[in-house]
Amino acid sequence: MPSFVIVEKCDGCKALDKTACQYICPNDLMVLNAESKKAFNQEPDQCWECYNCVKICPQQAIEVRHYADIMPLGSSTFPLRGTDNIMWTIKFRDQKTIKRFKFPIRTTPEGSIECFKGKTLPSDLAGLKKSGFYTGPARTE
Amino acid sequence: MALEREFCKWSFCSKPAVETIETDLLLVGGGMACTGAAVEAMAWAKAAGIKVTLVDKAALDRSGAVAMGLSAINTYVGPENKIADYVNMVRTDLMGIIREDLVYSVGAHVDQTVHDFQDWGLPIWQKDAENHTVDGQVARDEGLPLLKDGGKCVRSGRWQCMINGESYKVIVAEAAKNALGMENIHERVFIVKLLTDKNNSNRVCGAVGFSVREHKTYVFKCKAMIIACGGVVNVFRPRSVGEGQGRAWYPVWNAGSTYAMPAEIGAKMVLMENRFVPARFKDGYGPVGAWFLFFKAQATNAYGEDYMARNWDRVKAEYPGYADSPGTCLRNHAAMIEMREGRGPIMMHTDKAMQALAQVLSKKELKHLEAEAWEDFLDMSISAACLWASFNMEPDKVPSEIIPSEPYLLGSHAGCAGLWVSGPAKNYMGAPDSWFWGYDRMTTVDGLFTAGDGVGASGHKFSSGSHAEGRMAAKGAIAFILDHKDDKLEAAQNIDEVIAEIYLPFEIYEKYKDYTSAVEINPNYLLPKQVQTRLQKLMDEYVAGCATMYMTNKPSLEEGLKRLTLLKEDATRLAARDLHELMRAWEQYHRILAGEAHLRHILFREESRYPGYYYRSDFLSIDDSKWKVFTISQYDMKTNTWKFETEPYKQLVD
Ligand SMILES: Cc1cc2nc3c(=O)[nH]c(=O)nc-3n(C[C@H](O)[C@H](O)[C@H](O)COP(=O)(O)OP(=O)(O)OC[C@H]3O[C@@H](n4cnc5c(N)ncnc54)[C@H](O)[C@@H]3O)c2cc1C
Ligand code: SF4
Ligand code: SF4
Repeated sequence: MPSFVIVEKCDGCKALDKTACQYICPNDLMVLNAESKKAFNQEPDQCWECYNCVKICPQQAIEVRHYADIMPLGSSTFPLRGTDNIMWTIKFRDQKTIKRFKFPIRTTPEGSIECFKGKTLPSDLAGLKKSGFYTGPARTE
Repeated sequence: MALEREFCKWSFCSKPAVETIETDLLLVGGGMACTGAAVEAMAWAKAAGIKVTLVDKAALDRSGAVAMGLSAINTYVGPENKIADYVNMVRTDLMGIIREDLVYSVGAHVDQTVHDFQDWGLPIWQKDAENHTVDGQVARDEGLPLLKDGGKCVRSGRWQCMINGESYKVIVAEAAKNALGMENIHERVFIVKLLTDKNNSNRVCGAVGFSVREHKTYVFKCKAMIIACGGVVNVFRPRSVGEGQGRAWYPVWNAGSTYAMPAEIGAKMVLMENRFVPARFKDGYGPVGAWFLFFKAQATNAYGEDYMARNWDRVKAEYPGYADSPGTCLRNHAAMIEMREGRGPIMMHTDKAMQALAQVLSKKELKHLEAEAWEDFLDMSISAACLWASFNMEPDKVPSEIIPSEPYLLGSHAGCAGLWVSGPAKNYMGAPDSWFWGYDRMTTVDGLFTAGDGVGASGHKFSSGSHAEGRMAAKGAIAFILDHKDDKLEAAQNIDEVIAEIYLPFEIYEKYKDYTSAVEINPNYLLPKQVQTRLQKLMDEYVAGCATMYMTNKPSLEEGLKRLTLLKEDATRLAARDLHELMRAWEQYHRILAGEAHLRHILFREESRYPGYYYRSDFLSIDDSKWKVFTISQYDMKTNTWKFETEPYKQLVD
């Protein structure tokens, strides 16, 4: 089941205005069971194992059991994504080898991008048919 | 046709609510190209007095090919390179036939888009004052100059620069949202069909799609459109047989909408015979670029022999002139010789590369390097890291298998399938008159633009080039809108009929579902998954998939076409049980059309232009005397026929 949901941990995102995993999955795979209020992956063989549902779940209720036709059981790869970095913990099938990595993910605060701030927006529409962007000219050689 | 045609009369399923949205510029897709288009379009929108709207089948933060992130920006020309050299690299890799006006203009613009990424907060690795590599955050903490101010990026290959790219898509999406405003973005709406003008059938004027979240149709009316829905994935049977089918190399959710919808309204396509067969770490699809270029790892056959060295004289004799600086397909070709002759599997010697580096690096540097190797996978192909863990494999201790994958159709990565578009300006770089028809990146349909995977004959744009190209297309599209201010547009199609057609899979399912005792087995319909497996099987067996080691010939292609034609008929009998499956149904339909274009183009081009991607066994060589041309096709939906023409290739850059 590529991504799977741990029943005990999933609270159906009841405190949020939308189900986080369902909101984010690029392939529309995560759905909330209306009765049990637990999410599940509705089409496991179309899962890209992109981990976006895993990264976004506020309860850390989603993990990945890797493709059954390919991978032996027993290992785990789990991310903790913060606002400016991500921490990965990778446990091998032997349960002994453990790797931990931390990488930056962005250098500006979330939500701070203002793409027109401090830029002079184009006013001469003739520029539409010339090269270059509003942030700078095209290279010439 | 054996089965009677079905119509949706809303007798069995209910009519959806309809929301009509009027806009000037419609962006279909929310990937690299359209997020670029959004930012640039909004910079001009105020002066131009126009409205811009974006529609994406998924959530902008994580939609498209960059959903997982990326570990490198693959196209950054940088001050040390010339644009002309970029064009030369692209021409070599794509076997001599590219639109150099398009490629050159990407090269001229792409660095600006990369500088904007860094401004927005994308961590780009840099070289510090002592020429040591630091990650993108340390580069900022240490106050190194930004790339635009002369800062140096870290190259893995000549054109690539390394990034900490887990949030690459989140960052470009945030910029697009900031530019557009959420009120102009419609997420989770799958676009099915394009609308054309009543008075000019060669003019786009809107698009129709449906919400995958509620029973609701969206009708967009626009003056111009940029369609950039990525490439085509899973049109061929993948190497995986079960769950692993989702682990396609390119994103499993891009289903050929970029090519199918424009084709249906008559947009010309170019080089649709081209495909990309990436050689990747087996099963997990981990990228090999950094291993080859950055860690200097070697790949060999099963017996430790360098397969390039072993086969190179042969390849030179087979493809004279093309093997001197070999393109990606010829490197595949050399590996395939080994596989065909029984000397597989092909191994990537990550262990030896790391051990060699251990000789020259300090302990600390080595630890850093190990993290970099894992990050390369964790940033864009997480399963590949999981695969190492699940087999107890440490890359510094054991080698890993690599293998050529199933074929993918795309125009932005190392492939050049796509739509035939106008260049940036009249006689740009000396381009012939026939390569420019008024507006940058406009297809042959008036008002319909594309970028990224959509533009044919100009590969190697990658994430940054696609974003830049979206921005160029946005300017072209706004120029078009302003030049056609007074046009009165009205859809030629009857909107109610279009909506009925979109929901036909619901009607069919509800009508017939109780006829049998198992919903999956019913003689009156096919479920999307069933259509997909039939398509994948026939493409694999007849159109040079893995099953035949990428080999085909005229009789095979004709047999494939026969089967594909029947499948296309059967696709009118697609059934869907819910909105999710309705999306799958239309994805399959888009895949079929894209697959058909691919098949017909391979049939048309009587040579093997891309050995290592596919072979025509009846025309095994490259025939420059006849085929150094762009192959251009046009589909006529009304008569269900295809027309082919060629356009000479012209070299513009030395
Ligand atoms: C595994 C992998 C590794 C890569 N490595 C690199 C790298 O290292 N460096 C690099 O620079 N580039 C890399 N790329 C390439 C890069 O990601 C692409 O070139 C780029 O994303 C193409 O942009 P696009 O806008 O054409 O398509 P995408 O970014 O894929 O966007 C397509 C959009 O269309 C939407 N869509 C699809 N169909 C519909 C529809 N019918 N209706 C509405 N919306 C629809 C999708 O949801 C998505 O938003 C890699 C790609 C992959 C998959
Ligand atoms: S995001 Fe997590 S908690 Fe919320 S519904 Fe999904 S699995 Fe449950
Ligand atoms: S891993 Fe990705 S594709 Fe799979 S369910 Fe989660 S978000 Fe969707």
